[in-house]
Amino acid sequence: MSTLILNRREFLKTGAVAGAGLWIGFRVDTAAAQDPAHEQEKKTPNPFNAWVHISPDNRVTLILEKSEMGQGIMTAVPMVLAEELCVDWKNIVVQQAPTNPEIYDHGTGGSGSVAGCWLPMRRAGAAAREMLIAAAAARWNVNPNTCKAVNGGVLHGARNNFLTYGQLVEDAAKLPIPNLNTVPLKNSGDFTIVGKATPRFEGASKTNGSAKFGIDSRVPGLQYAVVARCPIFGGKVKSFDASKAKSVAGVRDVFEIERVDAGAFTAGGIAVVADNSWAAMQGRKALQITWDEGPNANESSASLHQQMLDNAAKPGKVFRNDGDAGAALASAAKKVEATYEFPFAAHATMEPMNCTVHIRPDSAEAWIPTQGPQWALDIIAGVSKLPKDKIKVNTTLMGGGFGRRYMADFVLEAAQVSKKTGTPVMVLWTREDDMQHDFYRPASYHQFSGALDDKGNIAAWKHFQTSTSIDFMWNPKGAENPESSEFATAAFIPYQTPNYRVEYTLATSGVPRAWWRSVEHSTSGFVVECFVDELAAAAGADPLEFRLRSIGADRKVTDFTDPKEGKPLDTARLKGVLKLVAEKAGWGSPLPKGVARGIAGYYSFNTYTAAVAEVSLKDGMPKIQRLVYAVDCGRPVNPDGIRAQVEGAAIYGLSAAMHDAITIKGGAVEQTNFHQYKMPKIADAPKTEIHIVNSTEEPTGIGEPGLPVVAASVCNAIYALTKKRVRRLPIRKEDLA
Amino acid sequence: MAISFTLNGKSESVEVDPQMPLLWVLRDTLNMTGTKFGCGMALCGACTVHINGEASRSCITPISAVAGKKITTIEGLSADGSHPVQQAWIEVDVPQCGYCQCGQIMSAAALLSKKASPTDAEIDDFMSGNICRCGTYQRIRKAIHRAAEIQSGHGKSA
Repeated sequence: MSTLILNRREFLKTGAVAGAGLWIGFRVDTAAAQDPAHEQEKKTPNPFNAWVHISPDNRVTLILEKSEMGQGIMTAVPMVLAEELCVDWKNIVVQQAPTNPEIYDHGTGGSGSVAGCWLPMRRAGAAAREMLIAAAAARWNVNPNTCKAVNGGVLHGARNNFLTYGQLVEDAAKLPIPNLNTVPLKNSGDFTIVGKATPRFEGASKTNGSAKFGIDSRVPGLQYAVVARCPIFGGKVKSFDASKAKSVAGVRDVFEIERVDAGAFTAGGIAVVADNSWAAMQGRKALQITWDEGPNANESSASLHQQMLDNAAKPGKVFRNDGDAGAALASAAKKVEATYEFPFAAHATMEPMNCTVHIRPDSAEAWIPTQGPQWALDIIAGVSKLPKDKIKVNTTLMGGGFGRRYMADFVLEAAQVSKKTGTPVMVLWTREDDMQHDFYRPASYHQFSGALDDKGNIAAWKHFQTSTSIDFMWNPKGAENPESSEFATAAFIPYQTPNYRVEYTLATSGVPRAWWRSVEHSTSGFVVECFVDELAAAAGADPLEFRLRSIGADRKVTDFTDPKEGKPLDTARLKGVLKLVAEKAGWGSPLPKGVARGIAGYYSFNTYTAAVAEVSLKDGMPKIQRLVYAVDCGRPVNPDGIRAQVEGAAIYGLSAAMHDAITIKGGAVEQTNFHQYKMPKIADAPKTEIHIVNSTEEPTGIGEPGLPVVAASVCNAIYALTKKRVRRLPIRKEDLA
Repeated sequence: MAISFTLNGKSESVEVDPQMPLLWVLRDTLNMTGTKFGCGMALCGACTVHINGEASRSCITPISAVAGKKITTIEGLSADGSHPVQQAWIEVDVPQCGYCQCGQIMSAAALLSKKASPTDAEIDDFMSGNICRCGTYQRIRKAIHRAAEIQSGHGKSA
């Protein structure tokens, strides 16, 4: 594939330039990018972050700053463009947009790509289509209304004239670009691409070894480096002896790189640069380092657990308080209490962190498997002291992201090393590095009290949470509002109750935290959907019937709206997926002895998911026989892509339910590799069925929403089977005994 | 001292530390990056290659141990990506991020060379050393059954 060279300065107000095919520049926003804090960026002379180009030889290129980490963005997004442009989507090549320091961009995450690209892609495709039709009509001297776009060209049926887009682009490029806000869009009834199960664009390259991930970057003169980091979070190098390391064959250089806190949170350490990865690793083994253990050397999972218990013994900061939960609980007909606990969890992407950077005296280039190329650019500029327009960031394919690759710690290390050597260097993390220096899903502890009135309705719901907040670490305002990243829908439950209280207390920790697939929903979904199941049992009600009754009438719950995610919860859609999954799973129908069902329904990333798990026991541990999903993510753009994402989220959620536990001892992570941080294997994968609601609402996220219902539906099934409530993850044999 | 072996049908010779794992010889010395690094301890299967026809973890195989042997990597599984397993993988649209898939495909191809038509249990057993963090397991199982069909000449790929 040849690469289109994009000179940003040519794309001013119109976004079009003559003489090189047809260009349309436009903007893809996330909800968060519409934050007034970024208003200034919208006034820059270059407001575009996406472009469509059609060449005289009929090639269509979509230039987009979205990264492919397996979520299918190189397929679903061009499908939307192709629909309006009336071309075969396979003819659209997606090219990574260059990082643009003039505009704000969020990168790829939050299950926001299809949702955020939906309207902009349609409008850009429609604008190009209208321009090409106008160019053809002018060529033929006919009314544009008598022409239509079909299969990559314009047809005038009556005269049987057909011109390909390539034949029209030069004329079209001279025309004004229609107003993107008013350009006519196709009727959804005429869609031929959107809604059709479509195989992955880059699928073949991922079956023959040709797909290039960040770790596959090979540039002339490339050196390989590994970094010895203090295993204790917050520690640093006191002294080191590199003489033995330097004598390892192939090792070229050994030096210290400094630890950086704010902005990237790297551990610093000793970099070993070599001719190949293996030599670098052998050199690292030969290092003798004395560490300054820093302030966290006494932290352990036990000490964190005790801190959380102490926090729970005292009132927290009141986050929400409707009615009087305390009084309602005191006088309740029936009362239920439960505590839930989660450990830290690692992302464990299959491709370990890595970054290749070449910092030259006057310019730099980098090859990075990143969800946040803009942040990576800022980091390289900071280390190299080069102007941003002298730095080229190439975003590669990613061997998994799940939030880990938003971070720029591995980028900063690579920039530090290349800055010192002046050579192109790949800083490669081993699996041990990756597992021990991740930014983990927060650890949390939850205390619930609920009351039922004499009719079996929820009279009170009280939730106290303490956790190692993400925002406390990353957000400048996080010290004041550490809870802002921690609750998600746990503080906006869809179940009606007149007395509702939510409290929060920060748990302090030296362990780095960040966004993990489905973020706070992974834990919120578990506690809310398990506790409501406990209330249903206390009420003597069927878990499905109790949920539907407690959700109540069809309405839009505006106070449910997560300010980060936009849309209010539509109770009809939530009840819709619960009913659909119940029907498809045969809820209430008899099962073989030793098998039971559990249900959960949840709203996250503006998407509604519900799951029914069928669970049995094998050697005292749960075996998930079957997992049935119903999902409503708005209009399904690529149903097979949606299925793939939900199948994947099911396994990731199963991993959280059955295995994921990062434990801390002496301020360091105890697990080093997959023998200690276990992953589900193929034998653990349940038969998974996914039923997609044929919605006509705008598309919403799908990469993450499949996760929160997994552990909850499994543990609710365990209760149905054993009458034991699992209230901490991962599930332990002793909790079922 | 040079170590010689056959790589994807061609003779190859490298002069490296004899302890250097085959994985790093492939990736860093020969720039054949289809074979992936995942764990370095034979725990994830991303580095799976065939050594004399057997699925092997290249990350723990010292290069000295393959002297004189026949090695097949993903790049050499077929000339044009048309091995039945590759065909089935595309047809079922198995990959998501794709990082582990070369290892999965090499394991699956080794399985099918021994068992023309494996059962689910045989697949689960043979493939237990290959981790997929994207969770494509259900499709892997389906694709192996499909590859068995293609291999047997029944149900030609569409």
